[in-house]
Amino acid sequence: MLNRLLSHDLPRNRWLALLLVAIVLGLALTPFLFPGTKALNVAAKIIVFIVLVASFDLLLGYTGIVSFAHTMFFGIGAYGVAIACTRGSPSWGAVALGIAAALAISLLLSLLIGLFSLRVKAIFFAMITLAVASAFLGLASQLSDFTGGEDGLTFKVPEALQPGTSYLEEPLLGASIDGRFASYYLLFVVAAVLVLMMLRIVNSPFGRVLQAIRENDFRAEAIGYRTVVYRTLASVLSALFATLAGCLLALWLRYNGPDTTLSFEIMLDVLLIVVIGGMGTVYGAIVGSALFVLAQSYLQDLMKLGAGVVDGVPVLSQLISPDRWLLWLGILFVLSVYHFPSGVVGRLRAMRKPKP
Amino acid sequence: MSGDAIPKAQFDFLPLALVALLALGAMPLIGSSSTWLTLTVAGLAMGMIIFIIASGLTLVFGLMDVLNFGHGVFIALGAYLATSVFALMSDWTSSAELWRNLVAVFATMLVAMTLAAAVGWAFERVLVRPVYGQHLKQILITMGGMIIGEELIKVVWGATPIAIEMPEALRGVITFGDSAVEKYRVFATLVGLVVLAVMLFTLNRTKVGLLIRAGVQDREMVESLGYRIRRLFVGVFVAGSALAGLGGALWGVYQHGVLPQIGAHVNVLIFIVIIIGGLGSTTGCLVGALLVGLMANYTGFLAPKVAMFSNIGLMVAVLLWRPQGLYPVANR
Repeated sequence: MLNRLLSHDLPRNRWLALLLVAIVLGLALTPFLFPGTKALNVAAKIIVFIVLVASFDLLLGYTGIVSFAHTMFFGIGAYGVAIACTRGSPSWGAVALGIAAALAISLLLSLLIGLFSLRVKAIFFAMITLAVASAFLGLASQLSDFTGGEDGLTFKVPEALQPGTSYLEEPLLGASIDGRFASYYLLFVVAAVLVLMMLRIVNSPFGRVLQAIRENDFRAEAIGYRTVVYRTLASVLSALFATLAGCLLALWLRYNGPDTTLSFEIMLDVLLIVVIGGMGTVYGAIVGSALFVLAQSYLQDLMKLGAGVVDGVPVLSQLISPDRWLLWLGILFVLSVYHFPSGVVGRLRAMRKPKP
Repeated sequence: MSGDAIPKAQFDFLPLALVALLALGAMPLIGSSSTWLTLTVAGLAMGMIIFIIASGLTLVFGLMDVLNFGHGVFIALGAYLATSVFALMSDWTSSAELWRNLVAVFATMLVAMTLAAAVGWAFERVLVRPVYGQHLKQILITMGGMIIGEELIKVVWGATPIAIEMPEALRGVITFGDSAVEKYRVFATLVGLVVLAVMLFTLNRTKVGLLIRAGVQDREMVESLGYRIRRLFVGVFVAGSALAGLGGALWGVYQHGVLPQIGAHVNVLIFIVIIIGGLGSTTGCLVGALLVGLMANYTGFLAPKVAMFSNIGLMVAVLLWRPQGLYPVANR
């Protein structure tokens, strides 16, 4: 049963399995274990990032093409829900309409980009996606009547998910059963379904072809697979999953703006998580997102503390200040691409193999 | 046809005609010919600066198949160095005498080129060298390098925008009849033409240039003839970084100020340029840069809201016409 659910792609390492179980259980029980608002927000962010990163890994890790427009699709999803809920009444119908419209736009856009750039050379893809994504970011902040510009959109979600909605008078096992609780579990269940779907996709014959293209596209083409078609399909699929992740985030935050979903910083976060977790494994997305988001949420506080200690020392205080978070992220990113390309999951799985 | 000579390759004039076509086609849309002239000169100046920046990138790609996403760092570095040098030489830039201004500007250009070259050398050594032949890692690593460089620039110069005072004698406009042309744009175009001339001379008339062109066509063959293409490549990389630094300095002054994100902004433009031109082709890079520069200025005037998409539209149109870019490089 479990084997079928995981599409016969088991963790294949005891420690990895333990880690995964711990993360999934931790996320499932967060409202009961850590009832604070911050903990719940962090857990929700981890859940959204798991979907987002896994969908990116479909492209980077499994098909071997780099896209810089992934946050664009993430943003389209979030804006879809946000705009639909701002314009219409905050009902499930509006949310569904927003999601459907966002999926349609993402489908069209990713298909166009894919057919255009992948037809010629896969390396075009990285450059073209970068250009399109930056133009889209500019567009989103310019069309302020529609998207709220730089300020973004704050909106109401359907009543069942609003924090004011209370389902039980008394807290159950330390958790108050309200709209936030419901939204959290909505996120959790949807994300779990999406991750299992992606696991199914990468372990299907289609997924095998993608990996073949990653390893040697020339040979894959020679065997008779149209690499353009497969690459485009992979990019469309990954865009659609990213859009759904964006919808989830918007539902959770009840807000969306350029900085929360579209910014280049998030793209970098996603890249880093894929590399840390391990390219080419869906489990890498889970482990990486959990580690990274935890570090991001709690390490920045530590940096603030550190900057306070060395306050006054000219260069050092500049380097440790929380504003320079991106610098350390960049260095970590480069180092992990060099020395740690298979990521946490790859390392753990390699441990099992007997030494020759 | 005399049978003894190798037939010379026909130069393809169609893409050049496209530039003229774009300029002429925009004329009726804009209406007034004086506005058109102003915009065209602005577009050509912008195109020349973009060409200076992008030429190094396209050669690096052509020669070693290395796609440097970190090229923007050198642009930003050049622009920020320009702010520092201008601040140091403020007596010279604010003086009314032209020669003092020019000395300041040339000093800026020299500093920007030298330091960008040095950083480029280190960049190649530390980041690019270990990941030869692995496209995926190259993209990731150079992108990481770009982030690190941008953050280090913020550490040195701060994260807030810095304004650049245009040198006294280069301020203001020259008027031809009704149309006003900014002096600095003429200056930038002239610098661009000098760089173009030097580059064309080096590529077409010297031994090094011959080796570079041969390396772009067929790297292994040049290697098997006993030339060290690696050393050549490092040279091209450093020269390309220096040009990016120069272009960045010109660009910063052109924009009257710098932002930490300047590198990332220009990066997007130059990617479009080298895709339009055909990866690895210098001529294509020039034509692409001119097209992008003109297009950006025309649409900036006609329809500012969609200006950002105009270049992408241009790229799509060119790729529909010639999927490999305007001047496809053989063997790629």
